[in-house]
Order: sequence, then structure tokens, then C-alpha cells
Amino acid sequence: MKAKKIRRRLRRFKNFRKYELQDKIFQYVGLACTLFGIGILFVLLADVLMKGLTRVDWDFLMDLPSRKAERAGIYTAWIGTLWIMVSTAVIAFPVGVGAGLYLEEYGKRNKLANFVEINIANLAGVPSIIYGLLGLELFARALSLGGSILTGALTLSLLILPIIIVSTREALKSVPYTIREASYGLGATKWQTIWYQVLPASVSGIITGAILAISRAIGETAPLIVIGALSYVPFAASGVMDSFTVLPIQIFNWISRPQEEFAVNAAAAIIVMLSITFLMNGIAVFFRYRAQKKIKW
Amino acid sequence: MKIEVKDLSVYYGPDHVLKNVSVSIKKQTVTALIGPSGCGKSTFLRCFNRMNDLIDNARIEGEIKIDNLDIYSPSVNVNELRKTIGMVFQKPNPFPKTIFENVAFGLRVNGEKNKKVIEEKVEKSLHQAALWNEVKDKLKKSALALSGGQQQRLCIARALAVEPSILLMDEPASALDPISTVKIEELIYQLKEKYTILIVTHNMQQASRTSDKTAFFYMGDLIEFEDTRTMFTNPKKEKTQNYITGRFG
Repeated sequence: MKAKKIRRRLRRFKNFRKYELQDKIFQYVGLACTLFGIGILFVLLADVLMKGLTRVDWDFLMDLPSRKAERAGIYTAWIGTLWIMVSTAVIAFPVGVGAGLYLEEYGKRNKLANFVEINIANLAGVPSIIYGLLGLELFARALSLGGSILTGALTLSLLILPIIIVSTREALKSVPYTIREASYGLGATKWQTIWYQVLPASVSGIITGAILAISRAIGETAPLIVIGALSYVPFAASGVMDSFTVLPIQIFNWISRPQEEFAVNAAAAIIVMLSITFLMNGIAVFFRYRAQKKIKW
Repeated sequence: MKIEVKDLSVYYGPDHVLKNVSVSIKKQTVTALIGPSGCGKSTFLRCFNRMNDLIDNARIEGEIKIDNLDIYSPSVNVNELRKTIGMVFQKPNPFPKTIFENVAFGLRVNGEKNKKVIEEKVEKSLHQAALWNEVKDKLKKSALALSGGQQQRLCIARALAVEPSILLMDEPASALDPISTVKIEELIYQLKEKYTILIVTHNMQQASRTSDKTAFFYMGDLIEFEDTRTMFTNPKKEKTQNYITGRFG
């Protein structure tokens, strides 16, 4: 009897060792998965940096495009990216935040609201080239805005609106109901409650989401090519109706050329573009960090 | 001033959560609302400042008259009503702003712009809530850095700043430690001189220590409404006796 019990215990102990091993294995597999992504990113970065870093200088940033690789610069491209970035932000931010606010704070819970919600979630998954086609038909042709910055910004705004709406709603949702209750309890109106309590408490989250969405927009190439952004623009854009190019298109254009020098140019342009993206993400991280530090519910 | 409740019923969708409650509450008294969870006492409390209006499927029948004014009549501005009836919630819920701004918020939404007046009223309210000495040097610090008990007194100060005549307290001490609880109870005792207070509590000792009148709710019915001392020494209904002696609930 006793021996049986002991044997049973021993068996359980053996099982225990087995689970411990499983745990270890999973730990290492997980680590490998993590390192895989980061590793590839670093290889990519190292490759690009080695190829292009020496090419990045003031002249490269300020030169117009040229057929000669050593004289070609990215001036028109980054000016175009800047224009696109700012105009997209100006269009998408107020509309997206407004829509998010409405859906979260004012929209009644009914079938229509559910329908709208599901569709917004679906829109976030629509391939960007589809947005490009929509932009081409609607903005470039029907509204005859052509291949202008405005067309590009409107198209990219459509592309990132769902992201901004969803992240705005998440940020608003994270403000506890008790805060709203406290505000209403003091006699504040709905507008006062939203404006003075809910928005200030969620503004970091809203801005974080918007920045990430916009940094996605400036990396987009396909929809802009579809609406007719050019790969060769002789002059930097100076208004929203100008034709334009952006960094990713410039990179794409250079990569597709056979000469080695253009590949170096492309690497240098990638460095500039990655710097912009990292900077934007850095700002987003800063806002999130500040929000977490300031507000602990 | 006097509060008259007549045939008050509240429905959440199909659920009849408060059934034909009628009571009359005198001014400058403390009324404790007791009863097991889900008995309707919090719902009853929230009828007075119409917080139930914020719940989508809530429906209210009957009337509540404060100084002969039916607060559910269409001519009543609900925001103005809530300014005269302050509320303190179960969990301390300070705004994620400075201590000063927490108390000043009610004044600001009231349209008060004079900085001097706001400063004076903030100080006065913090004094009233017995918090001034603890926070006078850190008014510009975040309210979220205060302890739970301090936060709750801040919430009381915030409610007092708009100078209400009635104060509703929904289990104000249930999330606090014993020492903070004693402070809140002492505060209630002092505030009674100027305010009419309704307090929901699960703590029988607290009800008997702080209140003049006690209302016992059970399953949406008001079972008994009596002087606190009478109720705790000589309850008329068996259900009340069972509850306050801890036999159920």
C-alpha cells in the first residue's frame, strides 16, 4: 500500500520534470521568435547604413532630382512627404477624433451603430491600393483635383481614418465612468464633461494613435502611385494643388534602376525616411509614457 | 426645506428595482439607507440628483419634491439641480488634475471666473472637509497622489464647493481604512449642521453612529423608515430585525 503511494508520487514527480522541460523549451522558442524579428531588422538596418550613410549629407537633402546619381538629391521627395504628412494630419485628425468622439460619447447603442462600427473595423483592413483606386476615381477625376498633394492627402486620410477613430475610441474608453459621474454630479453638462474632463484625460492616447497612424501614412506608396504621384518632379511643391513625389516613391524609383550609384542613393533615402518614422514613433512613445506617468487610475 | 418622496418607482428595462417608495425627510438631518446589496438603496439615492437619467433604459415614476418643487418636472434644469445636490461616490474618484482644480471644477462649470472668489471657496471647502491642513502646501500637486482617505475627503470638498443644500453619499467609507472611516464619520456629524445628508451604508455601526433616521430597503421595497435609535433598538418589522442583527444580507 505504502509502496504504491510512493510510486505514484514519484511518477507525478517525473511528470513535473516533464512540464519543467516543456516550460524551458517554450521559453527558448519564444526567445528565438523575438530575436528573429529584431535580428532581421538589424541586418536590414546595418545593410542600409553601410551602403547609404556616407551619401547622406546636406547636399543630398537639398538637391533636386537628377539623371546623374551623384548629383541627385531628395529635396522634392522629402518636401512632398512633409506636405503630405501635414495635410493628411490636418484632414484626418479632426475628422477621425470627431467621429471617434461621436461614436463613443454620443452615438446610441443600436443596430445602425453596430453596423457602422463593424464597417470601420473592416475598413482598417482594406488593402491600401483599393484606397488608391478610390482616390483616383473620386478626388483625382470626379472632383478634378488631379495628381495633387490634396488628392494624396485626402486618399491617405481615408486610409488612416479607421485607425484614428479606433484609437480615439480606445483612449476615451480608458477614462473611467466614475470620472464622468463625478463631473455630472457637480452639475456639469455633457459638453463640459467631455471637454474639461474626458478629453484632457485621454488626449495623450488620442495623439499617440494619431501619430502612429500618420507615420503609417507617410510610408504608403501604392495608393499614391495609383492616384498619379510622379516619380520625377523637377520642383519642390509649394501648395496643396501642386504635383508631388514622396520619399517611398523616390526610393522605389531609384531601386529599380540598374546603376549601383542609384542603389546607394536609395539606401541614403531609406535612412532619411526611417529617421522620420523613428522620430514620429519616438514622439508617440513619449506621449504614452507621459500619460502613464501622469495618470494612474 | 423638506424632501417629499411620493410613490417613487424605478425600472431598469423590465426590472422593477424600486417599488412605490414614499418618505418625508426633514432638513439638516442625516438619513441612513441600509439593506442588502441590490435592494435599491443606491438607486433611491441616485433619484435625488437624477443620476439615473444617465442610464439608458431607466424609467422613473412618482415624484420627488424638494421645497415643493417636483425635480422631475420638465421645467427643471437637471444641471442646475445637480449643483444644489452634491454627491460623494463609493470609490474616491478625484479628477486626474491638481488638488486645487478638483475643488475648483464645480465652481468653474458654474460660471465663476473671479480667481479670488474661486481661491476663497476652494480653501473654505477644504477646511469644511477637514483636509486643508494636510494639503495646503501641495494644492498644485496631482490629486491622484493623495491617499484613499484623503481622496475621499477631497471629493467631499469638491461636492461642498458648489454650496449644495443636500449631500448624497453612496457608501463613502466602504473603500477606506478604519481611521479614514472615522474621519469621514466625524465629518458627516459636522456637516449635518448645514446640510441635509443621505448616506448609503453597509455598515450597521456607521448607520447607528451617524444618522438620525434610518430607512431599510429590501428587494426594492422600503420596509421601515424610523428614528435610527428606535430602529436599532426596537425594530417593528421582523425583516429589519433579521437584517440589522446580521441574520441575512
